[in-house]
Amino acid sequence: MNQLSDAWPAIALTLKLASLSSFLLLIIATPLAWWLSQTKSLWRKPIGALITLPLVLPPTVLGFYILVLLGPKGWVGQLTQSLGIGVWSFSFTGLLIGSLVFSLPFAVQPIQYAFEAIGKRPLEVAATLRASPIDTFFSVALPLAKPGLLTATVLSFAHTIGEFGVVLMIGGNIPGQTRVVSTQIFGYVESMAYVEAHLLSAGMLAFSFLVLLALGQLKSRSDKVLT
Amino acid sequence: MNHKPGFAIQLKLKRASFSIDLELDLPLNGITAVFGPSGSGKTSLLRCLAGLEEAQGYIRIGDQTWLDSGRHLSTPTWKREIGYVFQEASLFEHLSVRDNIYFGLKRVKQSHGSAGLREAVSLLGIEHLLGRSIQSLSGGERQRVAIARALATQPKLLLLDEPLASLDVARRREVLPWLERLHDALKMPMVYVTHAMEELARLADYVVLLEHGRVGACGPLTEVTRSRELALAIGDEAGIISSAIVVDRDEVHHLAQLLFGGTKLWVRDQGLTIGQTVRIRMLARDVSLTKTVQEDTTIQNHLSGIIESIDTLLHPGQAVVRVRCSQEILMAHVTLRSLQRLELRPGSPVWCQVKSVALML
Repeated sequence: MNQLSDAWPAIALTLKLASLSSFLLLIIATPLAWWLSQTKSLWRKPIGALITLPLVLPPTVLGFYILVLLGPKGWVGQLTQSLGIGVWSFSFTGLLIGSLVFSLPFAVQPIQYAFEAIGKRPLEVAATLRASPIDTFFSVALPLAKPGLLTATVLSFAHTIGEFGVVLMIGGNIPGQTRVVSTQIFGYVESMAYVEAHLLSAGMLAFSFLVLLALGQLKSRSDKVLT
Repeated sequence: MNHKPGFAIQLKLKRASFSIDLELDLPLNGITAVFGPSGSGKTSLLRCLAGLEEAQGYIRIGDQTWLDSGRHLSTPTWKREIGYVFQEASLFEHLSVRDNIYFGLKRVKQSHGSAGLREAVSLLGIEHLLGRSIQSLSGGERQRVAIARALATQPKLLLLDEPLASLDVARRREVLPWLERLHDALKMPMVYVTHAMEELARLADYVVLLEHGRVGACGPLTEVTRSRELALAIGDEAGIISSAIVVDRDEVHHLAQLLFGGTKLWVRDQGLTIGQTVRIRMLARDVSLTKTVQEDTTIQNHLSGIIESIDTLLHPGQAVVRVRCSQEILMAHVTLRSLQRLELRPGSPVWCQVKSVALML
């Protein structure tokens, strides 16, 4: 039972990772989603597919490539070393980068759909009322896409908490540094600490259920506002 | 041509389904109605004026040039001083009525102040709606708020794209008087796209008839409604619109006499005063022709004239005959068979029997 004390740092690290990555994802995904929803460029489809890749690739594949990139011989790794930052593999930063890539489609897609649902008309109206394109983005597009932004935040938060493969590949399950709840459970099971594994798993189950419930609640409320 | 003050437009636009190729010189005041069947390019013309659609050519209004493709100049929509009223009200659903109206006002230079806002709100009678949410407004109220929102910035040019088309008949009757008020109160030029004769008759000062993206006819309303082009384009609803002066009243029979292009007409008296100027509309289908003046008829008005032109309509048995009666042109819808039987041709003298005249007050 006393082994459960290892779980607290893992839970804290998981929450830190999830909040930080869903916050950063909102900043990265919103302009990306806006571009995807507005552009007529030929790059739209390939870039859309690239962003969606993490949905279908095994997390180990994704984790492997990111590990190679961040590692001492990867492009990113060589860059970080030459800047004197060291290497990001097996560190919290590496974990964060992995999470960002892994959860990107979960953030981009709801926001992109929300932008697309607005249609051209409100943006044209704003232009005829002297709003510049940037002004229109902040004063019309963002407020109208609020339900999509909420969904994106909740989904990327929950999805980061649930990831395992990428975390294991990049982070290496170092206690206090890169060990999160999902890898902690794996550790418990490997060392046959079933009671602890049960407790932590049940906690994850309840948490995930509550997230989905809250998401449904948010959706129906924002639907009411918009109709 | 390039340096004449006014409102000059020259546009070329090619789309898969249609093209626009036109040149216009529009007045800098009053309502210019762009009229034509659907697919004639009316909305595209308006969108080009607003900069929402890219086109080749030039657009100059007063001292501002918004488009000059020769000099690779195209002012983006948000920098053109326009107001635009879309077919559907298109209010911002995330803002209140008040914030919708302030949206444009907040973005114009402060020198204008809020005079435009007060004027717009009172012109459209929406003071009592300001605190409401968009969702609680009726269709007619939404459109009035949208018009006020476009006016609040005191634009140089107001563009209206069939603002009544999305409303049912009752709502249309509710909004039309507000548009007439705008017409009387505002000095800025307005371009009003419509395919409804009723709106054209009530609101327009100047008419552009568009056909397949080209100008079929253009000029002051009274002139264009006498043209063959418009008569052929609108068929059944063809008729002239003119202004007339009330010169006499028959109070016993509730009739009023109008002086109209050198001739006189009796109409139903709706409380007119002598000396008043009224706008009248005389439909071609309410005018018939006789070779001699008829005394034994219930029809009050007989005007003599000379046939100027005869054109067949879409229906091969029907013709529209334009008759010059002193300084006026009258139009009559008659069958080709009657024309043959009476041996009427351009130059023949005839009497026009006018069954009814609509007064638009």
